[in-house]
Amino acid sequence: MGIFDYLLKKGKPNTAAVAKERLQIIVAHERRKRTEPDYLPMMQQEILEVIRKYVQIADDQVSVQLEDSDDCSVLELNITLPE
Amino acid sequence: MAKIIVVTSGKGGVGKTTSSAAIATGLALQGHKTVVVDFDVGLRNLDLIMGCERRVVYDFVNVINKEATLNQALIKDKRTDGLFILPASQTRDKDALTMEGVQTVLDDLSKDFEFIICDSPAGIEQGAQMALYFADEAIVVTNPEVSSVRDSDRILGILQSKSMRAEQGKNVKEHLLLTRYNPDRVATAEMLSVADVEEILAVPLVGVIPESEAVLKASNQGAPVILDQESNAGQAYTDAVRRLLGETVEYRFIEAQKKGFFKRLLGGK
Ligand SMILES: Nc1ncnc2c1ncn2[C@@H]1O[C@H](COP(=O)(O)OP(=O)(O)OP(=O)(O)O)[C@@H](O)[C@H]1O
Ligand SMILES: [Mg+2]
Repeated sequence: MGIFDYLLKKGKPNTAAVAKERLQIIVAHERRKRTEPDYLPMMQQEILEVIRKYVQIADDQVSVQLEDSDDCSVLELNITLPE
Repeated sequence: MAKIIVVTSGKGGVGKTTSSAAIATGLALQGHKTVVVDFDVGLRNLDLIMGCERRVVYDFVNVINKEATLNQALIKDKRTDGLFILPASQTRDKDALTMEGVQTVLDDLSKDFEFIICDSPAGIEQGAQMALYFADEAIVVTNPEVSSVRDSDRILGILQSKSMRAEQGKNVKEHLLLTRYNPDRVATAEMLSVADVEEILAVPLVGVIPESEAVLKASNQGAPVILDQESNAGQAYTDAVRRLLGETVEYRFIEAQKKGFFKRLLGGK
């Protein structure tokens, strides 16, 4: 590292921290996907169809997630309705 | 009964073959009879890293197809006692390794060896799955870099669902081996640290191998880098082998070299 790098270093962004944060998010997401029960995508599809009988929504407006906590599993259903 | 250890990573080119060669040699140097098996069908390279490429006559697939006996195919290492190499086949047939064939060969090796080190091909598909299927333990080789860490997590997922032990409801013991580590770049926050990678993957650490010129030198000469005990990388592999054998060994080469002000000013390395 020469004098210029040394002087410039102050303003340098901490790219390792950015990498770490991005990895933590993607790894958590992919681990959840791996351990979720096989029926989840199918169930999500059927929930979507039921809602569509009443409101028009896009595929990505429904999210279904299974969270495991200590003594129970929580099925989290998130539906964003259009304005 | 041998302990079967797969060296795997998902991502290619992160140091699986370098590590397989070093760790197998290290185990043999500690007095454990060891065989290192190249699972990279079609891309045989372990023989070059071990320096025995001109002594390959028969390979893994020949043994499976009963064109040669195991003893004919095994190459006895010339430098290290108690170390043998089973080379991969150069065939382009991706299905040359069958599950039953691999099992038979590993069972036979189990009778004679204490450790069987399986050098996995890159990827998470069939070839990599074959290499890890029978493993008792896994060394997940990771570089401190986003795509390598993510792929390590993917291979952990495979170990936890598609290995024989997983199918039997048991675990494959996992070890994280961080390679090509550059403490100086970690110090300037340009590279993920050991602690970062450990936290993201949550797998116990077995070693940290620094980025080192000695690795290229070793591969040029066909002598596993662990034999170069002058080098940081060689010493770091020795430490990793001792940890694998259950010892507690302090980590070296993970701190940035302290440079004097003048050296930094002049750009000294
Ligand atoms: N600690 C290190 N320092 C410097 N270079 C290294 C280090 N470890 C590995 N390398 C280099 O990285 C390259 C890839 O190494 P290697 O062949 O062991 O990886 P691999 O994971 O087996 O690759 P593949 O996925 O193709 O089988 C080689 O050129 C090797 O010399
Ligand atoms: Mg390799």
